[in-house]
Amino acid sequence: MDLVKLQRQLVDYRDSLYHECFLDEQFTQLQELQDENNPDFVVEVVSLFFEDSERLLNELTKALEQQSIDFKRVDAHVHQLKGSSSSIGAQRVQKSCIAFRNYCEEQNVEGCLTCLQLVRQEYYLVKSKLEALFKLEQQILSAGGSIPI
Amino acid sequence: MVVETGFSSPRTDAFPAGLRVLVVDDDPTWLKILEKMLKKCFYEVTTCCLAREALNLLRQRKDSYDIVISDVNMPDMDGFKLLEHVGLEMDLPVISQFSMANVVCSAFFYSSNSIEPLSHKLRLCNVAVMSVDGETRRVMKGVQHGACDYLLKPIRMKELRNIWQHVFRKKIHEVRDIESMEGIESIHMARSGSELFDDGSFLGGEDTTSGRKRKDADNKRDDKDLGDPSSTKKARVVWTVDLHQKFVKAVNQIGYDKVGPKKILDLMNVPWLTRENVASHLQKYRLYLSRLQKEGDVKNSFMGMKHSDTPPKDSTAGSGLRNSINLTQDNVSNGSFSFPVNHTLAPSVDLKGHEGDRKGITSGPMTELKGPFSIDISGPRKAKSSKISFDHSLGSVDSVVNFASFGPTDTAQYSWNEIPEIQFKQEYEPLQLENGFSQLPLPGLQHHMLPEYLQPAVSVSPGPSITEKEATSSGFEVKSMYDEYRSNHAKHSSQTEAVGESHSLNNQVFKSISTTTSSMKSQDTIPNHLTVSEFSPKNLYEGVGAEDLQLCWPQGDCYATNFGLQGLDCTEHNNPAIVSETPFHLYDHPFDPTEYYASDQGLFA
Repeated sequence: MDLVKLQRQLVDYRDSLYHECFLDEQFTQLQELQDENNPDFVVEVVSLFFEDSERLLNELTKALEQQSIDFKRVDAHVHQLKGSSSSIGAQRVQKSCIAFRNYCEEQNVEGCLTCLQLVRQEYYLVKSKLEALFKLEQQILSAGGSIPI
Repeated sequence: MVVETGFSSPRTDAFPAGLRVLVVDDDPTWLKILEKMLKKCFYEVTTCCLAREALNLLRQRKDSYDIVISDVNMPDMDGFKLLEHVGLEMDLPVISQFSMANVVCSAFFYSSNSIEPLSHKLRLCNVAVMSVDGETRRVMKGVQHGACDYLLKPIRMKELRNIWQHVFRKKIHEVRDIESMEGIESIHMARSGSELFDDGSFLGGEDTTSGRKRKDADNKRDDKDLGDPSSTKKARVVWTVDLHQKFVKAVNQIGYDKVGPKKILDLMNVPWLTRENVASHLQKYRLYLSRLQKEGDVKNSFMGMKHSDTPPKDSTAGSGLRNSINLTQDNVSNGSFSFPVNHTLAPSVDLKGHEGDRKGITSGPMTELKGPFSIDISGPRKAKSSKISFDHSLGSVDSVVNFASFGPTDTAQYSWNEIPEIQFKQEYEPLQLENGFSQLPLPGLQHHMLPEYLQPAVSVSPGPSITEKEATSSGFEVKSMYDEYRSNHAKHSSQTEAVGESHSLNNQVFKSISTTTSSMKSQDTIPNHLTVSEFSPKNLYEGVGAEDLQLCWPQGDCYATNFGLQGLDCTEHNNPAIVSETPFHLYDHPFDPTEYYASDQGLFA
């Protein structure tokens, strides 16, 4: 594909992610941290986020499947997820975590289950978006181009 | 868990480059990000994902780090506990990281010397604690436990670039303190020459020790402040785990009720230790215990030292800390805060010629501060946050609310006689958080204010600004607070010097104090509660409230640009059901920070 076209596609796509609040300023910060010393910094950090999030989602699922739900534990997991999602700027995931925590506080099982579903949904959404973004970046780099800022 | 160790020698001329930072955070993502950010600042970074490991590292090589940045939400050990340990055993700056927390609270408490038994060390300690939650309470805890600063996640490069100030400030203040002390010192020397510098052996041999010695001098001044004329400037005693254990053992043997410095000293059988050392440590220990007690006390509300039959063995054991850290809302009930304020938050300490760090920071502005701080609840609000991170925290109202929960505890801690205490009565009505929240957009502004705060010379608003404004207690609006902060900050930005963190912290704290009222909630999502009556998937984000709002805020420093992007774009969600537009409406109000600076003047009047 034409390099220029690819680059434009990337810029548009990335912009849309911000517009739709999948990503926020924090993600930009991450990109700014990336340099020659760490050319894959963003991808690495995001990968860490993916790993951590999936682990937390599993924990949450397990915790909410219990007969007697330990809301404190659930809340702790959500809190962690909120923290790591904020680290990469996954705004929608972060927000859904906030709502989730409210239900935890209320010990509202239904609410929590709904939230878990929502958080999971948001997580997978942002994951696929980021993967698509990285793929575009890779294509550009392979074509010998540089990633537009 | 990635651990790099930097055993380089203390900073040299390249300072702040080469600053040795220890970062503790259980979140691998954050750890990696922080490491990268710090490296970009040319700092030497060591990362740790376990608090225990961090403690080990610190204990093994106490002089290997200049500053510690720690998350407060860690599974293996409460970040506050880590702070306590670090404070009791080492003399390192600790910075707390909080996410959208209330900087106000932290600032305030930190500035007051009487905050914690560790204040002595922690004041000069640069341990940064990080947190992702917006609970004021946690921020307060951080400060209480000796955090010299707190950062809110997401942390910006600029904030990290400034952390060296803590270390630097400490040093220069130490020098200043020592110099100012010389006159008195000579007199004391004549009187008690034998008691001077008897712990030289405890100080390391590195360059930093010179700073340490000075700090010790400062610390010793505490003794003086305590009314012990013979405790001149002495080299400070490093209360190691072992030493502290001996101390605790002696205390237990004697019986907490009957304990006295002389008795303890005799029992401890440590030749180089002086009565003053023990007295000073005992005081801190008492405060520490009483704080633990209070925290564990549902009823709370007892001031001063509370006798505990089984005082925690030593801070390192720290099991008690876990409990103590979980302040309950109940504690807030008595609503009276005692602020260890000498008219000014941070400055107060300095006025007394306390630890150099604090002193240096506020000494300048301090002199101007005379305000009837104590009684004036609104006073604290005047405080400005010179800290960048504060700006972040200002945004969270909930943190303000949580602050209240610290009331009783603070009381206990502030019974510390080093600092004049001021009883804050909650005379004002509960902050109308709802109102506050409606003003929440402003917090976001804080983020954008950051750039201005970044200058090292951040100045804390001196007393005058504080006293000028008699913030009305009731009907207090978060918005106005923030405005005030900003305006204050703007006014004093020229003052710079060591002001800054501690002071801003104080300001922050006061602000939160003044704004919080009895409406304490323990959740970091308090705003949500306030603003949303019910949750439904559709309304999930709408109800998020303050915190959500904060999240919505472009978190960059160039808010202007971000605004355009996010403000407009966010409303174009593909899935409106999920994301409420409530937070985004804030983007519709393009504002100029300068406007706020100008406009706040009248808000508190």
